[in-house]
Amino acid sequence: MSTPTKTHPELSAVFNKDEQRVNWHDETLWWIRQKRDKSAHSIPEWEILREKASQIKNNALANLAEYLVSFEEKAKANGIIVHWAADAQEHNQIVHQILQKHGILQLVKSKSMLTEECHLNEYLEKQGLEVIDSDLGERIVQLAKEPPSHIVLPCIHKKKEEIGDLFHQHLGVAAGTSDPQILTEAARVHLRETFLTRKAALTGVNFAIAETGEFVVCTNEGNADMGAHLADVHIACMGIEKIIPKRKHLGVFLRLLARSATGQPITTYSSHFKKPRAGQEMHLVLVDNGRTVQMGREDFRASLKCIRCGACMNTCPVYRRSGGHSYHNAISGPIGAILAPNLDREKYADLPFASTLCGSCSNVCPVKIDIHQQLYKWRQVIVQEGYATSSKKMSMKIMNYTLSSPGIYRTAGKAGRWVLKYIPFAVNNHFNPWYKQRDMPEVPKESFGEWYKKNVK
Amino acid sequence: MKRVGLFIPCYVDQFYPNAGIATYQLLKKLGLDVTYPTGQTCCGQPMANSGFEHLTQNCNQLFVDNFAEFDYIVSPSGSCVLHIKEHLHTEKSAEKAAAIRTKVYELVEFLVDILKVKNLKAKFPHKVGLHQSCHGQRGLLLTQMSELVAPYFSKPQQLLAQVEGLELIDLKREDECCGFGGTFCIVEEAVSVKMGKDRVKDHQVNGAEYITGADMSCLMHMEGILKRENSKIKVLHIAEILNAG
Ligand code: SF4
Repeated sequence: MSTPTKTHPELSAVFNKDEQRVNWHDETLWWIRQKRDKSAHSIPEWEILREKASQIKNNALANLAEYLVSFEEKAKANGIIVHWAADAQEHNQIVHQILQKHGILQLVKSKSMLTEECHLNEYLEKQGLEVIDSDLGERIVQLAKEPPSHIVLPCIHKKKEEIGDLFHQHLGVAAGTSDPQILTEAARVHLRETFLTRKAALTGVNFAIAETGEFVVCTNEGNADMGAHLADVHIACMGIEKIIPKRKHLGVFLRLLARSATGQPITTYSSHFKKPRAGQEMHLVLVDNGRTVQMGREDFRASLKCIRCGACMNTCPVYRRSGGHSYHNAISGPIGAILAPNLDREKYADLPFASTLCGSCSNVCPVKIDIHQQLYKWRQVIVQEGYATSSKKMSMKIMNYTLSSPGIYRTAGKAGRWVLKYIPFAVNNHFNPWYKQRDMPEVPKESFGEWYKKNVK
Repeated sequence: MKRVGLFIPCYVDQFYPNAGIATYQLLKKLGLDVTYPTGQTCCGQPMANSGFEHLTQNCNQLFVDNFAEFDYIVSPSGSCVLHIKEHLHTEKSAEKAAAIRTKVYELVEFLVDILKVKNLKAKFPHKVGLHQSCHGQRGLLLTQMSELVAPYFSKPQQLLAQVEGLELIDLKREDECCGFGGTFCIVEEAVSVKMGKDRVKDHQVNGAEYITGADMSCLMHMEGILKRENSKIKVLHIAEILNAG
């Protein structure tokens, strides 16, 4: 277990130093949330769809072992080579071994948050392999040597001028270019070459169907297909919770996923992979990495229903103003703040507190995860397990003492108001986080209790 | 006559007595038998939301002792009411606590759902922005939420529409959080302030003279920001507007 160097409040304070950046980060994501609203409202049965999706996922989780076994059986029969990984380390080793077996030194990758979760790129690069992320956004953050800041929009925190600089450094684009059209074109040329020369391609998995042993990958740029179809070896990696029982359930999720993510009616490419084409090898790695532990926690089990649409991030007023990197975890935002403490309580003890519990995340979630309730519950667990700071523990004890007795409360109230009135500098200084950018409330003559005593009783 | 227990949250008691007074007077005007149990302190929410729910036993017991006898418990703070509704549990008086959880109301929902107030006789000739506090809106369902595909309704608007001369302004983001969030405003100072600034600006550019709402805590946070910006916009709890004139 490691301790975090910086916490969410510290990292978001840094992000907030550039208010202009915060403004457009917020505006851009809000614009996507509005697109999501519009497209959800165009479907009268939207709430019924969400309920359906939620129930299908409940069923899938309740019978997970059974569905996984059936999925494995079918997939094998289809000619897919199936692997199981207990944790991130094992997942990375499996991928490495497959590549080694074929003597492949370069891997082209298409969107997979799971490999981010497992830090696959770092691992393979340490072994001397080259990994190229083929999705535009992921490629950009890869060139910047940063992790994605959003699960659907990995480089949403970057301005187009910054992307121009990166492309100037790495892809030979003219200095000062910031025209999105030119930048996209440059990336396309660069990536085409990558696709044509790589022998192995790795993709994520959005849905795996227990009934048929096939899996579905949703992308907007078609890079998963491009990579997988051109490569001799296709490796697909998935968390075990991606299982859905039947093919007929897919329609429910495909209708919800893109609308929730970006407001599109459907992702541009929903590619079905059932068996390798002649001469190709197809591998599938099923990864646990803490998922069965989370399954065992009743209060947090529902977090495994997540289909990674990112809607909770787009709507989260905190995420929009703190940026994805402030969550210091592969999956950021509200759902990330629930998943992270499952893996390392100490390192991510700050994340469940990075929320006002406004509840908007739970409302947009297409599979109806009770996100804000789970954040509240994690706070209790984290404190009970002793991860609260000692100053917080102390202030809570004092608060408890004061509020437990009406007499002490009234005296302290009087004293508190007196302090505010006569020695404001005691609290109106920059050590008080309230006062730094906000004024204190004006002190009234008397409390409500005092007024009541005088005027009513 | 049914008896109403007035629950005035600690920070309203200490810093915003006028919101409490307006609530009391409004309920009296409507002919109710209202009592303020003087032994009350706080609902315990600041501790619970900080992860210290286990420390709230004394607060909970005190709440039960003060309020068990009433038919209704009414409070000018959606967030404290939501906390009581969701988390009031005591070992000693489990049944009384369960009963309280079903008879505690935020002022607006009490006026609309229980009293079914149709004619308030209030007057407030000003441009007013309505802040939808998250706990009231998404927790107590005072207003439909913009994320859901469902018919629109708004209980606070229903009441404000009865106030003579009041002009409700439109906002660009109808139900965005202001960033108060209890101890969030201290722990996450930077983001909290930015959220508050953005929220206040939406009211400002749309011409509000006053910002109102059913939760004094959000208003306190926005007031802190408005004052720091030397803004002329004032905050008033909705009870003060419904009781005006
Ligand atoms: S928790 Fe829900 S809203 Fe958030 S990414 Fe997962 S499915 Fe989407």
